[in-house]
Amino acid sequence: MELQAVLMAAGGGSRMMDLTYNTPKPMLPVGNKPLMWYPLNLLERVGFEEVIVITTKEVQKMMSTDPKMKLEVKMKLDVVCIPEDTDMGTADALRHIQQKIKTDILVMSCDLITDAALHEVVDLFRAHNATLAMMMSKAHEFTETVPGQKGKKKTAEQRDFVGVDESGKRLLFMANEADLEEGLSIRKSIMRKHPRMHIKTGLVDAHLYCLKKSVVDFLAENKSISSIRGELVPYLVRKQFSKAANSQTTKDEADEQSQKQKDGNVNLDLHILSRDEPLLQLAQDYSCWNDHRGDMSDAYHGGTLRCYVHIMEQGLCYRVNTLAAYIEANRLAPKLFEEPAVHPSAVVSERCLIGSDSIIGAGGQIAEKTSIKRSTIGNSVTVKEKVKVTNSIVMHGVTIEEGCNIQGSVICSNAVIGHGADLKYCLVGNGQRIEPEAERTNEVIVGSDQLMEI
Amino acid sequence: MADSGVTDGAEKKEDITRVKNEGKELSKEEKQRLRKEKKSQKKNKEKKDEQDALASEREKNCAPSTLSQPAAHKAETAASPPVQAAVSEPPAPAAAAPPADKPAKSKAELKAERRARQEAERASKPGKKGDPGPQSTAGKPKAPPSELQPVVKRLPEHVQVDNPEVLKKLAKKLERQQTPGRGAALKIPLRSDYGYKVSLFSHLHQYSRKAPLTQQLSIPSTVIHPVIVRLGLQYSQGIVAGSNARSVALLHAFKQVIRDYVTPPNEELSRDMVNKLKPYISFLNQCRPLSASMGNAIKYIKKEISNIPSQCKEEEAKTKLQDCIDRYIREKIVLAARAISKYAIEKISDGDVILVYGCSSLVNHILCEASEKRRKFRVIVVDSRPRLEGREALRRLVKHGISCTYVLISALSYVLPEVSKVFLGAHALLANGYVMSRVGTSQIALVAKAFNVPVLVCCETYKFCERVQTDSFVSNELDDPDDLMVTRKGKTQLEGWQQVSQLGLLNLVYDVTPPDFVDLVITDLGMIPCTSVPVVLRVKNVDQ
Repeated sequence: MELQAVLMAAGGGSRMMDLTYNTPKPMLPVGNKPLMWYPLNLLERVGFEEVIVITTKEVQKMMSTDPKMKLEVKMKLDVVCIPEDTDMGTADALRHIQQKIKTDILVMSCDLITDAALHEVVDLFRAHNATLAMMMSKAHEFTETVPGQKGKKKTAEQRDFVGVDESGKRLLFMANEADLEEGLSIRKSIMRKHPRMHIKTGLVDAHLYCLKKSVVDFLAENKSISSIRGELVPYLVRKQFSKAANSQTTKDEADEQSQKQKDGNVNLDLHILSRDEPLLQLAQDYSCWNDHRGDMSDAYHGGTLRCYVHIMEQGLCYRVNTLAAYIEANRLAPKLFEEPAVHPSAVVSERCLIGSDSIIGAGGQIAEKTSIKRSTIGNSVTVKEKVKVTNSIVMHGVTIEEGCNIQGSVICSNAVIGHGADLKYCLVGNGQRIEPEAERTNEVIVGSDQLMEI
Repeated sequence: MADSGVTDGAEKKEDITRVKNEGKELSKEEKQRLRKEKKSQKKNKEKKDEQDALASEREKNCAPSTLSQPAAHKAETAASPPVQAAVSEPPAPAAAAPPADKPAKSKAELKAERRARQEAERASKPGKKGDPGPQSTAGKPKAPPSELQPVVKRLPEHVQVDNPEVLKKLAKKLERQQTPGRGAALKIPLRSDYGYKVSLFSHLHQYSRKAPLTQQLSIPSTVIHPVIVRLGLQYSQGIVAGSNARSVALLHAFKQVIRDYVTPPNEELSRDMVNKLKPYISFLNQCRPLSASMGNAIKYIKKEISNIPSQCKEEEAKTKLQDCIDRYIREKIVLAARAISKYAIEKISDGDVILVYGCSSLVNHILCEASEKRRKFRVIVVDSRPRLEGREALRRLVKHGISCTYVLISALSYVLPEVSKVFLGAHALLANGYVMSRVGTSQIALVAKAFNVPVLVCCETYKFCERVQTDSFVSNELDDPDDLMVTRKGKTQLEGWQQVSQLGLLNLVYDVTPPDFVDLVITDLGMIPCTSVPVVLRVKNVDQ
């Protein structure tokens, strides 16, 4: 077996608490499908037959009852539950399932919606015998107004600085603005080996990593690393150029170092050095290929640890971890698949106007004289007469009484909107009731219990 | 059942022999009639096989394929028996299963069927070998599929890219090379050609590096061993390039495959492992056409596998095979390089100016050893676009402390007056003494001859090939044409080359040098003239 897929679905959705305080993030509906269906579908299309899903018990229960998951996901899902209250990072989760991992792994996050060609990332991983291969994409500006956002757009988030070499494939440098106190400093050893480096900032990390099995074994021994994105990846990128990885240590020296047990770094070298067999080395010596030119060193500068990145120029790639991203994803996700806009089981009366950009979920009941434009209507939604829904997301089980006007809003599941209400750019939480004839603009309406949680 | 077909054919054979004995040459119509009869014979045999076989789907599948055969009016009978024989093979294992279901069939009938099938397979064997290079067609002129037809040497299927019938056949052959017992959706994909091909080379494949074969495979590759997928990717991207490197990497991958191999129940290791290797070899061939050295290595392994005695236990057999591979690499590549260096260093004297072309691992090795033995010489490295492999050779030589000069091939005649000898590496040595090497080598040899500079070719014996070729058109490799595009000062002049209808880009990889330009070939068996290559091949065959 070549690759094992691991899906991280235990995240809390900390950046969109309004949406996730009742529904866990992996099960949020996007285009009337649960969010984690998208990465699972991508894995299935590409040819995986088994996926290890790391999630919480709540999500597992919801997964087993959701019709979409049961019918459309044909792969074998090996669900591993982790306790909900512990603050487990992604790397901790990998350590938890270390026993199940027998080969190299492909780690994905449940909030990734993309139409990327996965073989590009995996080919980098295979061809260069890399330790890490990841995918990034050019960030798109979100154009939709986000409900509940007061004032101008948020101040620039902490930027990520990504340094790649001339070919744009080899990952040389990765740091977050938060970790750089005085400025961006680059080691001389990197500059000597790769004198031309391109540093990019406007990139979105797709959180899709191909990791060698030795990295998972290394994680098991190093309990200090808890997050893949925050700690493991920068560590591996730095380790490419550290002295220990580059010196062609013989087996005796490596044994000595293991006896001293200086730090966790040594273990990683052992894992990686033992891989390269003499025949492979012989083939590389005979081969007239070099990944760089201009200096006197061999291919890959003799280093055994290599990190690669595939930067997507075109195509969809969204991480649904903020409200703005969620709204954007709802707009674009239906375009990925050729599915009928109106579900066959929805009852739609003749005199309603349903725009081509809208989708209606199963069991919906749309009464007459309604107008639904550029919106997503969930399953079992009842929409009464003379309602205008524009640019909105309506989740499952919502009832919208007659005469309402909903614009640019997000209505969470099981909410009831009283008749004649006028909502502009609002976010209505789970199970909320909006009183009739209400007029709200740019508000987040959630229950009082949620308000207490800060 | 099968007997009636045999008697039919027997009568026709008498007709033909009569005509032949009368001294007349077979006319065209008679030849076509012969072909049609042979085909209908085989069809009858097959139909009887299918009636016995279980699956009615097989009949449906075979029927259109047999119907499409008569449609190929330039009947490549060399190619059609393999298809029909191969199609009769799946019914064969299926026929093995039904005896359990249909006890009514007598043993004698089964025996007759099996015999007929074996005869069909035996008759089609000489024409079937497309895999290890076109050696069979060139090397066996006296074994055509039908003994009565005049011998017409045809090109092997893998170089008839402009013939749609052959392409269809190749697609079906790849489809058929599935791992048995798995889902129907698994097959080796066919890589499609890219861009406009220059008409003189339209019979060869031209692939794009941006469309790798892996995009048609499932990602956790289950059909093909992951080591082979990695190797195919490294070949197609040029990470493993050079005849020796490719062979060593291939043998290393085969060691892994053998290590992970498990004999399925009721199968013999010696036969099943060869079948397992066939789809891998097709896959690698699709990624990048196999080199002559790789072909020889594959032949050696297949021979070793089939020579494993049946009572040998699996673990023992596997270790034996892995030792064979290690021994092959050590003897034919590593020790051969050492022997060649020893001979070659005798030819290098102090004060020499040596010219090398491109990056040959063997020539680099010789020069590095010579410099370690304290010979005083300097090297001129000649390079050519688009590969610019000479830069890598330059780096390795300078790292060893040898003083080098670097020129492009256009400056060749300017530097030759000061050169004392030319060392060239080879990709393969053909049976008529021609040297197949990187494109540009024949130019070097030609100009060196004009300047009376001795040309020495260094080549290990495992690269000797039984093919015969006198020009570089018949069998070659076309690389990605986009490699010829170069960006200078931000402008790429050839960017829209596909839109210009009269423009074709040609990126050849190999060319052949006639033996008149080569003064000496240094091999691990000694220093021989170019024309002694067939003798070495004969001796090698006798040894094996």
